[in-house]
Amino acid sequence: MTPSKSTRSTLLAASVVLGVASGCASAVGRPAEPPTPAETDASAARDFEALYRARADSAALRFTEADVRFVTDMIGHHAQALEMAGLVPDRSENGTLEVLAARIVNAQEDEIEIMRGWLSDRGRPLPDLTLPGAAHAHLPGMVTPEQLGSLAAARGEEFDRLFLSYMVQHHQGAVDMVHGLFATDGAAQGESTFRLASDIQVDQITEISRMQQMLARLSAPTGR
Amino acid sequence: MTSSQRSPFAPVRHAPHLAWVGALLVLAVSACAPAAATPDAAAVNPIPANVPTVDPRVGLDAGLTDAEEAIWNLRLVSTTEPADEFVGITNSDLAFLGTYAIQGNYNGFQVWDISNPADPSLVRGYLCPASQSDVSVYQNLLFVSGEGFEGRLDCGADGNQGAVSPERLRGIRIFDISDIRNPEYVGNVQTCRGSHTHSLLVDPNDAENVYVYVSGSAPVRSAQELPGCSGESPANDASSSLFRIEVIRVPLDDPASAAIVSSPRIFADLAEPPRHGLSPAELAEVDEARRRGAFVVDIDGAPYILSNGEAAQLLAGMVASRGGTGPATTADSIALREALPFIAAQISSEPGTGPDQCHDITLYPEIGRAGGACEGYGLLIDITDPENPQRLAATADVNFSYWHSATFNNEGTKVLFTDEWGGGRGAKCGPTDPVEWGADAIFTIESDQLVFQSYYKLPAAQTPTENCVAHNGSLLPIPGRDVMVQSWYQGGISVFDWTDPRSPVEIAYFDRGPVDANSLEMGGSWSAYWYNGVIVSSEIARGLDIFELVPSEHISQNEIDAALTVRFDYLNPQGQQRYDFPASASLARAYVDQLARSGGLNGDRIAHVREEIAAAEGTAGSDRAARLSGLASELEPEAARSTDAAKLGMLTRTLRDLAAAAVAPGAGGAEAGEAGL
Repeated sequence: MTPSKSTRSTLLAASVVLGVASGCASAVGRPAEPPTPAETDASAARDFEALYRARADSAALRFTEADVRFVTDMIGHHAQALEMAGLVPDRSENGTLEVLAARIVNAQEDEIEIMRGWLSDRGRPLPDLTLPGAAHAHLPGMVTPEQLGSLAAARGEEFDRLFLSYMVQHHQGAVDMVHGLFATDGAAQGESTFRLASDIQVDQITEISRMQQMLARLSAPTGR
Repeated sequence: MTSSQRSPFAPVRHAPHLAWVGALLVLAVSACAPAAATPDAAAVNPIPANVPTVDPRVGLDAGLTDAEEAIWNLRLVSTTEPADEFVGITNSDLAFLGTYAIQGNYNGFQVWDISNPADPSLVRGYLCPASQSDVSVYQNLLFVSGEGFEGRLDCGADGNQGAVSPERLRGIRIFDISDIRNPEYVGNVQTCRGSHTHSLLVDPNDAENVYVYVSGSAPVRSAQELPGCSGESPANDASSSLFRIEVIRVPLDDPASAAIVSSPRIFADLAEPPRHGLSPAELAEVDEARRRGAFVVDIDGAPYILSNGEAAQLLAGMVASRGGTGPATTADSIALREALPFIAAQISSEPGTGPDQCHDITLYPEIGRAGGACEGYGLLIDITDPENPQRLAATADVNFSYWHSATFNNEGTKVLFTDEWGGGRGAKCGPTDPVEWGADAIFTIESDQLVFQSYYKLPAAQTPTENCVAHNGSLLPIPGRDVMVQSWYQGGISVFDWTDPRSPVEIAYFDRGPVDANSLEMGGSWSAYWYNGVIVSSEIARGLDIFELVPSEHISQNEIDAALTVRFDYLNPQGQQRYDFPASASLARAYVDQLARSGGLNGDRIAHVREEIAAAEGTAGSDRAARLSGLASELEPEAARSTDAAKLGMLTRTLRDLAAAAVAPGAGGAEAGEAGL
C-alpha cells in the first residue's frame, strides 16, 4: 500500500455516509493537510476501513419490506430447486442433465448463502426450511407435493422429461418473482438487491432456454 | 495447464454428448428393462479440479487494507484509495484518454491522472449514482452506463421511489469532457433494459458519428416509464424489447441529439446451440479409444466414446433383440458396431430458443468483426455496417453458464470468450470447481466460424470468501505473441500467453487475500487493462492498482521495451484497436529473444545476431544501414531451415525497416539514437 493521501476521522466517515452524494459539482477527495508519512499509514488505513464499513452498513439500510419478502421467498424457492436437483444423480442417465443439475445446485446454494447473509446483515429472520415447499407453496412456479412425488418416482428418460418440465416451470416462477419485485414501488433500490434479483433473472432465463432445448431433444421420436 | 489441474470430466465423454445416450439406449434397446446402472457418474460429476498446490496465492490472509499479497513477474507500482464519496461503493470498469484513467463507480466516476503511475492523482470525482457505470471515451465525449433502479436523470442520490418514475435514467449518459475537470452532462439515451454495459464503435468510414452498442441484462422496464418498451416475447409482440440489442448513433458535432437508430435482432433464428467442436486433447482421446476398440459413435458430427456401462447396456439390448440370454457374443458386438451409425442418424436436433440479449460486445472495427457474449452463446458478428450488424457464427458450450465478454487477438484470428458463472458474486474458483466452469474459452476464427481450442482458468484455488470468476481483460502488446491480462475478481489478475490457442500458459499474476476472512464481501479486480506501459486494475473495494511487468523467463526486458513503444491516444477495451510496433532495436531484440526461447535459431547464431545488432547501434547513417541490411541478408536464407521461420521473418523485416530508417531523411545520423535504433 502506498501512503493514503489524507487522514480521515471516523467522525468524517459517519458524516459522509449521512450526506452521500449531496451534490454533483464539488471536487472530491482533496487532501486537507499533508500528513507525515511515517505515522500516517496505519491510521489512514483504519480511517479508510471505517469509512468503508460505514458505507457498507449504510447501503445495507437501503431496503424495503418488499425486498425482504423477495429475498426470504427466494430462499424457499431455491430450496425446492435444490431438492429437485438432488433427485437427478439417482434417477437420470442423461449426462447433460447431470451437469445442468450440478450447476443448479452450485449456483443456487451460493445464492442461498448470499441471501441468508443479506437477511442477517439486516437483522431479519431466516426462513424455516425444515418444511420444504409447504411454507412457500404459494410462490410462482413452485412444484406441488404431488408433482414432486411423481418426479421422485420416475426414472430414466421419463424422469428427465418431468424434471425439465418442472424446472422450467420453477425457473419461470423465479423470473416472475423478479418481475414482481421490480414492479413494486420503492423495491430493489439498493444495489445488492437489484444485482441479486437481476442476476437471478438472467441466469434463470438462460437456463430456461437451455432446458427447453433439452426438452425438445428428449421429445424427438424415440421409437419407444 | 498441467494435466493434474484438468477436471476429471473425461474428455469426449463429457456432457454435450451424454444427452444422446439415453435416446440411443431407448432406440437400440427398446425391449430392455430399465437398468439400475447409471453411466459412468464420474464422467459428469464436478470433482476437485483446482487441487491446491504450493501456489503462493492459495490461502492468503484477509484484510481490506492489509491483506496478504502474492505477486509474480509483476510489480505493484501503486494502490490508491477511492475519494471519500466513492469508498465502500463498487468500483467498476475503466476507460483511458491521454494520461487519464476514468474509473466507473456505482456512485458515478472518478478521473485519475496516471502520468505518474506511482502516484495517481484525482482530477475529478463526479457523483452520479447508477450501476454499473460502465465507461467509454471518444474525443471530447464520455459515455456512462446506467442500469440500476436508483439512477436518476439529474444524477441525484435519492433514487426513485416509484416502480414507474419519470425521473429514472436507465441507459446511456453522455458527458462533454472538453474540460476534463468539469465534465458537462449533455444528454442521455434511455433504453428499455437499461445499460449493463456498452461498447463504442468508431467506424473507420464514418468521421461524423460514433456508435454505441448497448447491452442490458435487467428486466424490461414498464411502457409507462418508457413508451414502446415491451417484455412480451417477440411471438406475441413484434416490437418486443427482448431478443435484440440497441445501436445508438452519436453525432460528434451534436452529441445531445444521440438516439437509438436500430435494434438489430442478431439472435433471430438461432436455434439449437451448435456445440463447439472437440479440443485437440479430446480428439486424441477419440483416436486412442478407436485404437483400443471402444465403441465410438458419431452424433451430430462429433465423436462420442461409449463408456463400458453404456456399451454393456447396448450389447444386452442386442442379445435381447435376437431373443437370446446371457453374455453378448462377438457377433452381438459386430452387430452393434454396424447398428450404431443408424441409431445415431435417427436422432436429429430440434430447434429451441436462443438468447434474448447480450452481456457485452467487443467491437474490433479494423477487422469489421465483433465478439458478442450473449447469455448461452458466443457470437461472431459482422459490424462493417454499424447500424446493421449481422451474425456470422454462433457457438455454445455446456460448460459455459453465461457468456460474458470477448477479446480478439491483435491479428483478429482468434477470440477468447469469458464465462461469468455466478454473475461475479460467487466464489467460483474453489478447489472443487471444474476448470471448464467460469473460465475462458479460446477459439480460432476460420472462414468466419468459431473453432474451439481450449479453456483457460485461473490456476490457483481461492477461498469461499473470495468472489472469483473470469472477468475483464485486454491484450498486452508483446510483439509476435498473444498475451493478455485478465481480472478474476478476488482471484486477482492473471497474465497469460495464448499464442498457442491449444495450451494457454500463465506467465504472471497478482493476488490479494479476501476483503473479509469470514464472509464473502464483493471485492477484487473488476478489470485489468494494459494502457501505455502499465496495467491498470480497477479494484472493486480497494481502489486503483497499477502494475508494471517485470522481466522473467516468460517475458524479456526487450519484449517489455517493445511493448512500451505501443501508445494509444485513448482506449476502450471493448472497442479494440489494432496496434503496430514501430521499428525499434527493442523490437528486433524481442524477436531475437523469442527465437532463443523457441529454438528457432541456435545459441551461436543468437549470440552472433545480438552482437551484430549491438555493433550496428555503435554506428549511424549508411554504416548502420549497411550493417543491419547485411545481417538481414545473412538471416533470410536461414528461414528455410529454421523451426520458427515466421519469427525469423519478423526479425529480418524489422532489421530492414531499421536499416531504411537509418538513412531516411531526417534520421539525424548518430543523434537518431533510440529513435533510429
